[in-house]
Amino acid sequence: MTPIKKIHSRTVVMPSSNIDTDQIIPGRFLTTTTKQGLGKQLFADWRYDASGQPKPDFVLNQPAAQGCEVLVAGRNIGCGSSREHAPWALLDYGFRAVVSTEIADIFRSNSLKNGLLPVIVDETTHQWLLANPGAQVTVDLESCTLALPTGVAVRFPIDAFSRYCLMNGVDELGYLQSQESAIAAYERARA
Amino acid sequence: MTSPKTMFEKVWDRHVVVPETADTPAVLFIDLHLTHEVTSPQAFQLLRERGLKVRRPDLTLATMDHSTPTRTSQVFGGEPITIASAANQVRQLEKNCAEFGIELLGLQDQRRGIVHIIGPELGLTQPGKTIVCGDSHTSTHGAFGALAFGIGSTEVGHVLATQCLLQRRPKTLAIEIANRLAPGVTAKDLILAIIGKIGVAGGTGHVIEYRGAAIRAMDMEARMTVCNMSIEAGARAGMIAPDETTFGYLSGKPRAPQGAAWDAALADWRALPTDAGARFDMNVDIDAATLEPMITYGTNPGMVVPISAAIPSRAGDPVFDKALAYMGLTAGEPIKGQPVNVVFLGSCTNGRISDLRAAAEVLRGHKVAKGVHLLIVPGSQQVRREAEQEGLDRIFIDAGADWRESGCSMCLGMNGDTVPKGEYSVSTSNRNFEGRQGVGARTLLASPLTAAASAIRGRVTDPRDVLEG
Ligand code: SF4
Repeated sequence: MTPIKKIHSRTVVMPSSNIDTDQIIPGRFLTTTTKQGLGKQLFADWRYDASGQPKPDFVLNQPAAQGCEVLVAGRNIGCGSSREHAPWALLDYGFRAVVSTEIADIFRSNSLKNGLLPVIVDETTHQWLLANPGAQVTVDLESCTLALPTGVAVRFPIDAFSRYCLMNGVDELGYLQSQESAIAAYERARA
Repeated sequence: MTSPKTMFEKVWDRHVVVPETADTPAVLFIDLHLTHEVTSPQAFQLLRERGLKVRRPDLTLATMDHSTPTRTSQVFGGEPITIASAANQVRQLEKNCAEFGIELLGLQDQRRGIVHIIGPELGLTQPGKTIVCGDSHTSTHGAFGALAFGIGSTEVGHVLATQCLLQRRPKTLAIEIANRLAPGVTAKDLILAIIGKIGVAGGTGHVIEYRGAAIRAMDMEARMTVCNMSIEAGARAGMIAPDETTFGYLSGKPRAPQGAAWDAALADWRALPTDAGARFDMNVDIDAATLEPMITYGTNPGMVVPISAAIPSRAGDPVFDKALAYMGLTAGEPIKGQPVNVVFLGSCTNGRISDLRAAAEVLRGHKVAKGVHLLIVPGSQQVRREAEQEGLDRIFIDAGADWRESGCSMCLGMNGDTVPKGEYSVSTSNRNFEGRQGVGARTLLASPLTAAASAIRGRVTDPRDVLEG
């Protein structure tokens, strides 16, 4: 995983609340056995028509969305299925952070494990972001802040351990493996 | 004296290998890891890349359910699986299990089924265990007083490699359900009403404990239906205190403890329920006696109404309007009487034998309405066999239903069992998201009774009208 420190990007705004992981990547694409290449299928049913052509009115198909790394979504994004294919698809497409007032538990956990930064903001900041699509923002993991072009910077919560892993580009498995003696002792005590 | 604890706290505390600190999450030991073909390939790949073994194959069980065919000819007749990538996924799981030494209940195994149906059937799901699976409906197993939750594929890899997970301790939410459900009103209606009340994010960050007279009166299968949809309220886990109903269900199950081990387990399980005076972070109260059969009208499970109610309106809410437009429904109109094209009876929510019995009660002596496709998919091969022994399959087939082999099937349409674009499906599954049952499919979630009644009439029907009539 590449270490994350700062993301400086314009935003894409999808104001719908409760965007579930079935929308992020529909079930019929889950027969894959790898993580790669899912960006093509990101939001497939909102993005393409029945013949596979991009729908011009969908936000990701508009010129302004190209190259954006920050997705601002309505509240409770990532609800529903635990499919990790959702963050894989978002990352493969090019997103590096998802911003909302509320982010569903499993999706948030899966995102953290893949280097997709879940950024939870207050209602006022969220409203501002929803009203200003394409705003240039800076997400700084060092200071745990999201800076708006207005000069306002708000702090966002993130678990200290996850932050450490993201900033150093290390994954959690290594840490778990380093707990081997404690795990073995636990198993012995219960046997 | 130690301070009173909730059941969740007791189960959590017993499984802490390394306690959490401000800097690091807890290392939590996992007693049972269930896995299936969809969310595991990338996890096995991780193990391969790092040269790791599966630490506890004895605590790991694999099955296939999501992308598997439901046509007998494809399961047992040697006919190829229609979707090539699905067939590949099935083969990949076989290969991974062989390579890593994991027990697999494969395509033709008598014990195969939806992962959340077979854990309890085998007696592997037990009170006090920590249970995980790369699947959000792992919450189902909480009906036994287990702490059971869904995880992502990376975490599947963590559990395979270390039998542990890194977790922050969630908060607790008590949902107290007073009184009894009325006849014709089921566990499915109760959980839909709960989600309608607290919302699809109402349980985020919490483990729910369902309590109260209505829960105590339920059999295990109904309790599983309730816990199953905890995730639809945003909670990763739902739990119900084990009691004589739980012990009666587990007794004699193939992989439940036997003999002296059973007695020891019972003593242990009896100590699990929440202590008097223990505090929850949040409390919600519901009166079961006031509930009607419930049905969804929108594109998330929180968009739900009593079956006699009109479709609500929310002025100035474009997301709500978009959902109604997708559904092709109009605010202010009754949901009852809405024409139906497909009825799906199955899934980990309502694919157990009691669900099929309930539906058969309604269908007996009736025919499915002209033009309606009634697809009945048992939750496991065992459920299928039981239904056939009881003659339920005859009732279904005589009614004109399509009777299949077990699997997830039309719950998510990965195996090609889908609802055609624009058609209405009354479904006993758990998610009515856009496109969940097929591109453009319009899903109305309801109980097996409501589904069966709607299949006969070809319209959304209050099952009490059929049962009484
Ligand atoms: S039946 Fe549906 S919800 Fe249950 S495990 Fe299968 S796909 Fe998931």
